This record gives sequence, structure tokens and C-alpha cells, in this order.
Amino acid sequence: MSNGPLEIKAISGHAGTVAGRDTSRDYPVAKLIDVTTCIGCKACEVACLEWNGYPFRETAFDNTYQTMPDLAWNYYNLIRFNEHVDADGTLQWLMRKDGCMHCADPGCLRACPSDGAIVQYANGIVDFQQDNCIGCQYCVTGCPFNIPKFNPVTKKVHKCTLCSDRVGAGLEPACVKACPTGCLHFGSKDDMKELAGKRAEQLREHTAHKNAGVYDPPGVGGTHVMYVLHDITQTEKYSGLPKDPRVPLSVRIWKGPLKWLGNLAMAGGILGVAVHYLRFGPKVEKAEGEETRS
Amino acid sequence: MIERYSFHERICHWLTGVAYCYCLATGLAFYTPWLFWVAVALGGGPVSRFWHPFMGLIFAGAAIWMHQIWRSDMTITGADREWFRKAGNYATNQDSAVPAQDRFNAGQKAFYWAMFYGALLLLISGLVMWFPEYVPAGLRWVRGIAILLHESAALITIGAFIIHVYMGVFMVPGSVPAIVTGSVPEGWAKAHHRLWFERIIGKESAGASPAPKS
Repeated sequence: MSNGPLEIKAISGHAGTVAGRDTSRDYPVAKLIDVTTCIGCKACEVACLEWNGYPFRETAFDNTYQTMPDLAWNYYNLIRFNEHVDADGTLQWLMRKDGCMHCADPGCLRACPSDGAIVQYANGIVDFQQDNCIGCQYCVTGCPFNIPKFNPVTKKVHKCTLCSDRVGAGLEPACVKACPTGCLHFGSKDDMKELAGKRAEQLREHTAHKNAGVYDPPGVGGTHVMYVLHDITQTEKYSGLPKDPRVPLSVRIWKGPLKWLGNLAMAGGILGVAVHYLRFGPKVEKAEGEETRS
Repeated sequence: MIERYSFHERICHWLTGVAYCYCLATGLAFYTPWLFWVAVALGGGPVSRFWHPFMGLIFAGAAIWMHQIWRSDMTITGADREWFRKAGNYATNQDSAVPAQDRFNAGQKAFYWAMFYGALLLLISGLVMWFPEYVPAGLRWVRGIAILLHESAALITIGAFIIHVYMGVFMVPGSVPAIVTGSVPEGWAKAHHRLWFERIIGKESAGASPAPKS
């Protein structure tokens, strides 16, 4: 479906195949993380900090190849590491670049009560606007991937922006630019899906990873950050990547039926007492010679 | 005039009430985008969010204090069960059919218990919502349950609160002066809380007991 107006048709003075031909310039965009070619170098982590202007934090060495235990409000991008022993005894070192998945159906946005604190762009990027954030952390509850992180000093929540500022200027995200192995890709969602599908197929046909597949979970409407995994049937072994992420049921009940029930009950209650007053009025005491009410 | 509410009871009531109203206003702002302007009017979203849990602590603390004061007065008795059967008569102002009541009638007791247990639920769920980052990632569902509990408990207290304010301000004249000044006319006491009235009048006339413990 690469048919945008900026699709490359021909290039002047160019011999052979036209580079970039059939490459969509359409929205929406996506980042593709090919977990199978990640070497865990953390260049993306450094690039993320540099672009976003955060200082490099002290790391918490815990005898793994992971920089620290979890993401932080000023650390949007973490290569999670897991030493996994498969059922057949095969040892795997699994590196997974963790960060916001930019869901098409973002639970954070559904849960957020503050006007304009979370914005979903037409290109699929879900961005937090800290100026409008009130610090309630409902987004933390709404996120099926446990991504948003709270800054207790400023009372604002932060997460990966997919470098919306860079993307808006026609650049790729900083992490993609820094990746030395080419395991990170950025482009239109259609192109990334096609690329991911081809890579997964290649893995299935030419390697021992017969269950290789693309992680683009439909439970959240698909994501604008996708993975190619060696084994799509065991997503949890990639440091707890949920198999079928969804906006939590509690959040859907809260923002759905419970809200309507509550609205009806409150409006009904106020209406009810008003009608009651008109129908029955106040209680008048049958006082026996006492001063009663003024 | 006879004393109905002591100074401490009135302080406790109004502390609970003011803290509740603040939490109600800001809570409704976070409940629906159509009322987010309330948070803006009260100093802005971040300010409202900052104070809401602290006022909630005051509300819960005052509710627990109130429990120390009123717990025994609020015990549901056999007479109350009879009152509930006649609640329809009470609601339609056919008070002659309603059994005489002690210091608080069964409706007031029901309101009290709804607010007391509501306050406890709001406190527990509110603490989880205040510090969600301390909920381990594996127990993330607890955060969602806390929000559901907080909202459900809030809605129950709101329903009770609507009736409470309506009864106090509109349906039973004399209630507001009672909880403000602490005193009620004898006729009012006799009409609305006959058992209580007779109990304290009896004590006063006996002369042996000190003034009724409010």
C-alpha cells in the first residue's frame, strides 16, 4: 500500500534499481525492533539520553547485561536482558529494547483525566504533554506495558516520545539513528510490517527459529513499535513482554459502564430529591406548643 | 433549647464535611472531562491533584474520629429495623406511622455507616492510587482494582451525600441550626427523636445524672 504522493518513482542520474522505490512516505509511522540482531550495545540508550537532554544516570549493576532494573522518568529506553533456557536446553541471551509501544488504542490516553496531557498524533505517535499533566498517574494504571514513569519532584509523567520532534522534522528517532547493527528500523507502518514479515519468514526458513514472528499485538489495536521475535509463541521470555496485551479490564469498566452508571445515579439522585421536595415538601413538626422552626 | 451536638461533635462534623466537599469537587473533576473545569477553578489540575489526597487524609481521619464519638449512637437496633420497614411512610411525611427514634434515626445511621465504610474504602484505595509506582509490576491489576473501588465507594458516598444534604437543608427544617449551634428546640427533639428526648429529659428531671453526654 505504498502509494503516497511522496513515493519515489524515479531518481535522476541513477543506474540500476531505484533506491527507495516503493517506499511509502505515508503515515502512520512505526519503529521496528529486530530483536534477533540486537547485540545489546546500548547505543540507543545513550542516543535517547543525548537527544532528550538527560544526564546519564548511575547504573545499577545486577550481574546482567542490563543497564538498570527498570525504565525511569528520564530513561525512556532500556535494553532488557534475559538469560533464557529453552525446553530443549538451549541457552538464549535475549535482548529486548523496552519502551513505549505507541499503541493504536493507548490505555494511558483512555485513563488520563487531564485535558490535553496525552496526545495521539495521526501518524500514530502517542505523546505526553507535561505542561498539561496533573501527575495523577492514571496513565501508569492504564498502560498494559508498564511504561510511564513518574517524576516525584515535578509531579509529571514521562515516556518515550518516539522522537516526535525529530519525526516531525523528517528525521528518524535518535535510537534508530544510533543503532550500529541495523536491528532498528523506522518508516511507515506498512513498510515496517512488510519488512518485519520478510525478516520473520527468513528466520523461519533459514534458521532454527521456526516460530519466528512479528509482535504487533491486536489487543491494543496494533502498535507503532513492533518487534521481530525468534519465538512469537513465547513472548514472556523476553523479560515479560505480554503475550496478548490489552487495556486493563478495570480501566475499560471504569471508563465505560461504571462511568455511565455513576452519571445516571448522580443525575438521578439530584433530580429525585428535587422532585421529592416538590411532591412532599419539608417535614412539619406537630409541635405541642413549642417554638419550632423559624 | 436542649443541647444536641457538643462542640467536638460539631467540629468533627464540619471538618469531615469540608474535607469531603473538597475531595468531591476535585474528584468529580478527575472523574469526567466535562467537570475538569472544577479543578481549573480550584487552582488548576496539578494543584487540585496535589491537595486531593491530603484532604482525603483529613476526611478519613475525621471520619475515624467521628467513629470514636458516634459509634455507639449509630448501632442499628431492633427499632431501626422497624423504621426501615416504615421508611416509605417516613419519606412521604406520614410520620405518625413511623416508630419513635432515639438520638439518630435509622436513616441517619444508614447514612453514617455508608460514609464510614466509604471513607475506609476510599482511604485504602486512595493510598494505592497515590503511590502506584510502589505496586510491584506483577501486581499491576491492584492499581486498576483500586481505581474501581475508589470510584465505586465515591459514588456510594455521593448518593448518600445528596440525600444527607437534601434532608438536612430542605426536608427537615431545623437540622442546619442544630449542627451549627448545637442546640435544638424541645419540640424539634420531641418530633424527630422522641426516645432521645425522653431519655435526656428524664435524666435532667431526675437530677442525679449530669447533663446528657451530648
